[in-house]
Amino acid sequence: MPSVKIKKHAPENDMTPMVDLAFLILAFFMLATKFKPEEAADVKIPSSVSSDAVPEKDVFTVSVDKDARIFVSMDNPEFRQVLIENLNKTRNLGLGPAEIKAFINISSVGVPFSQLKSLLSLTPEQQKALKQPGIPAADSTGGELYYWVRDALVAYSGRKLNLCIKADNNTKYPAYKNVLNAFKKNDQNKFLLITAPEDAPSGSPLFETRQKQVDKK
Amino acid sequence: MASIEGGGDDGGHGKKTGVKKAKKLSTRVDMTPMVDLGFLLITFFIFTTTTALPTAMKLYLPKDVDTPEEQNKVKESGAFTILLGGSDNVFYYEGLDPTQLKATNFKGIRDEILRKKKSTNPEDLVMIIKPSEEATYKNTVDILDEMTIAEIKRYAMVDISPDEYALVKATEAANK
Repeated sequence: MPSVKIKKHAPENDMTPMVDLAFLILAFFMLATKFKPEEAADVKIPSSVSSDAVPEKDVFTVSVDKDARIFVSMDNPEFRQVLIENLNKTRNLGLGPAEIKAFINISSVGVPFSQLKSLLSLTPEQQKALKQPGIPAADSTGGELYYWVRDALVAYSGRKLNLCIKADNNTKYPAYKNVLNAFKKNDQNKFLLITAPEDAPSGSPLFETRQKQVDKK
Repeated sequence: MASIEGGGDDGGHGKKTGVKKAKKLSTRVDMTPMVDLGFLLITFFIFTTTTALPTAMKLYLPKDVDTPEEQNKVKESGAFTILLGGSDNVFYYEGLDPTQLKATNFKGIRDEILRKKKSTNPEDLVMIIKPSEEATYKNTVDILDEMTIAEIKRYAMVDISPDEYALVKATEAANK
């Protein structure tokens, strides 16, 4: 008797559905991704139950890292130019056009006025490597941060500027207080603290209010 | 190539016995490189994406000049002062006498706030938050968060007085 030959199937599976799904996920992530702007300060933000989103434009952010170094950043390059030109005039920074252009291109700054010129004359790679000492704000007048805030407000000249504070979990209260002082000296009393989202603990009054709002809908 | 049957490329030749059979080429293209690249991009986007967008917590502070007057308006029955010490310690006292200081932590303070809220006339209730020098930013945000959680409408953030700071230090040392 001749032995029965089993027909050999090619060990191939139809991968079309998997690949379809994979590309769907890819498309989703590509659209949903929003790139984080690079920042000089390494800040781990605390969480809060607040549910308001951080505004996307016209933001002036003061970041404080755990060593109490203060950095400022502003999102709109147009106003960044006005800000630096103002500061250049009022604080006699002696910046040339090239340094002003360099300022417009970098996302956040954390050096005293005396070092600003040398920071801006570095290449972007050198700037990244440099450990910036932070903007001084150590006294009750708000230090140099006061002038940053003042000129940012001048640059916006009456239009709404969202003042955000982003501080590290382990920043000590005095450092944070100094930032508040610099804002207060400029007659600014409304701030946004940037936090990570968190759910309201169950059973608390806030939780119940939110639950009611959900039930109404 | 010869994809249309009966293509007349053997035109003039006489021996036309049959149509030349078109060789059927497989329409399959090897998609492995494309799929590889697809998965590479997926991994890239998964890692770069920021899932939870940060939220903003509103903080409205009174102007400096207003603070002492505001504090004077606080009724003794409605005042509740929270002091933030170092290493996540929380202290509180009711009324206006700092010597009634009691120690607790961030878990315990919520119950105390809710208890005070229930037992006090809502119009009189004022929470006073005083972070000390050792308190971290996280502590400050957490306690402001507790105000939101307990839905306290009136609260103020004030600097700690030297007497209170000494009391906090003494209690911390005693509890060690």
